[in-house]
Amino acid sequence: MNRTAPWLNLMLVLCALIVLAPFIWMLLGSLKPQSEIFAYPVRLLPSRLTLEHYSFALTSTGFPRYFFNSLVVAGLVMAGNLLISVPAGYAFARLPFAARDTLFMLVLGTMMVPSGVTIIPLFLIAKNFPLLGGNNWLGQGGTGLIDNYLGLALPNLVLAFTIFLARQYFLDLPGELADAARIDGATERTIFSRVYLPLARPLVGTLAIFSFVTAWDDFLWPLIVTSRDEMRTVQLGLSVFQTQGAVNWGPLLAAAILVMLPVIIVFAANQRSFVSGLTAGSSK
Amino acid sequence: MSIQAARSVTFPRRRGTPAARAAWWFILPALAYLVLVQVVPILYALYLSFTRYDPAARGGPKLVGLDNYARMLSSGEFWSALRVTVQFAAEVIPLNIVVALTLALMLNAASVRLRGLRAAFFLPSVASAVAVSVVWLWMYEPTFGLFNQALKLINVSPVPWLSDPAYALHSMVLMRVWRGAGWNAVVYLAGLQTVPKEVLEAARVDGASGWQTLRRITWPLLAPVTLYVIVTGLISTLQTFSEVYVMTRGGPLNSTTTVGLLIYRQGFEYGEFGLAAATSFLLFFIIFTLAVLNFRRQRGALS
Repeated sequence: MNRTAPWLNLMLVLCALIVLAPFIWMLLGSLKPQSEIFAYPVRLLPSRLTLEHYSFALTSTGFPRYFFNSLVVAGLVMAGNLLISVPAGYAFARLPFAARDTLFMLVLGTMMVPSGVTIIPLFLIAKNFPLLGGNNWLGQGGTGLIDNYLGLALPNLVLAFTIFLARQYFLDLPGELADAARIDGATERTIFSRVYLPLARPLVGTLAIFSFVTAWDDFLWPLIVTSRDEMRTVQLGLSVFQTQGAVNWGPLLAAAILVMLPVIIVFAANQRSFVSGLTAGSSK
Repeated sequence: MSIQAARSVTFPRRRGTPAARAAWWFILPALAYLVLVQVVPILYALYLSFTRYDPAARGGPKLVGLDNYARMLSSGEFWSALRVTVQFAAEVIPLNIVVALTLALMLNAASVRLRGLRAAFFLPSVASAVAVSVVWLWMYEPTFGLFNQALKLINVSPVPWLSDPAYALHSMVLMRVWRGAGWNAVVYLAGLQTVPKEVLEAARVDGASGWQTLRRITWPLLAPVTLYVIVTGLISTLQTFSEVYVMTRGGPLNSTTTVGLLIYRQGFEYGEFGLAAATSFLLFFIIFTLAVLNFRRQRGALS
């Protein structure tokens, strides 16, 4: 292997700094005293660090509630995807059944459909969901799943992409394990839960992260399916903050950092499986 | 029980192997759910696109044939949104490829210790669109924003990043490239690591320059990765909604009103579910056609 030119390494570090600059700028902004956010000319570094904007965002705004809402919804979505997509992906990879490949193509095909197409019918389904939110059995009379945690989780409880990832993972595991267990008389359910599932720990991690982040970052659907302030998610909270008259930048930046934080932490802790999971689609 | 047992003795293969029967229990919940939240909504949206339907008014959807499609195609608002969306994709995707490939080549050539930097490059793509929009709104702030303050230091007059129709869309493009290129660089890096070393070595021995190697060997070998970047780029840029909703609400003068935002407006501001459904189907058709064309071209290039 030939040696790398030092200027190349330097350039790369410089590029990384440019990419990170908005985050750094944001972090600095959130830690500056109010008077220095609007200093002219700009103060690059704050004269002192303060957490006043964070405490404002966490005490004088709706954010604690928004965080709670987002956690509940993302938790539901994570549970749904783990319980339903993992077995489905396993069957698509390891069990022979009629029309398997056609059905799998259908699952993949749903990923091509823009969310704009399904969002209006989904809204009507949520609003007219029978027997919930004051609706009668015909789905009339109430608000159905509007302003409801299940309604917020509705489009993401089972994601086509998590089924895809699960299938890819189980395809790479050897099939001999199942054959051996079958000869020993194990049922298919036992083979899945006792033989393959214990080997799927990295997959479970990737799916958990991916589904959590999808729900946490979702914006269009919560915008449509909530009307009451106390049911808003964190992303909606950020956008509302921004549009209420003059922007109060300090607390807004602090809130934006708090909203990004869980995703960044989860991602940083699982970087490797995240990258390999998401690049799976590019090489095949 | 006994009937069940007798049947399985008489017709052992009638309902498939035990594995096949078990498979249905594994996939049924997932399939049923995808039918509920994907297949049914798609068919329902298709039906709605032939109706006039205001959910706030009395009565259900009324069939109006192709009326929504005709109204859409004759409205200036729609063509403007389509032009904005296509321009956005046409600027973002090539820029993304150039920046991502450059970063990937640098990451691939730099010392192994710096590989960890790829995490920094793809941080913007894991942060939420709304949070990123808030940061960029703050950087684009006319007086106190980072960009105009920096321009002032070198005595350049401030740029109306988001308030001038001539700049607003390009400002959105800049943000989007920042957000997406790092992730694509990671994808390109994975692709670069599959390029056989012997081929590159042979080219070097034959006296090929770095540029020639890139142009004639690396780039063609990366075609599948580029296809992935283009297709995922099309799917995501053509649907752009959150960023424009948060940063500009489609303004100024509709210069950043994308088709995604227009669908939202038609549906939830004008109360025209039928028209919104028709517009969404046209967007679906465009994305689908472009994706298929790219796959075709790729296959043609390989054979």
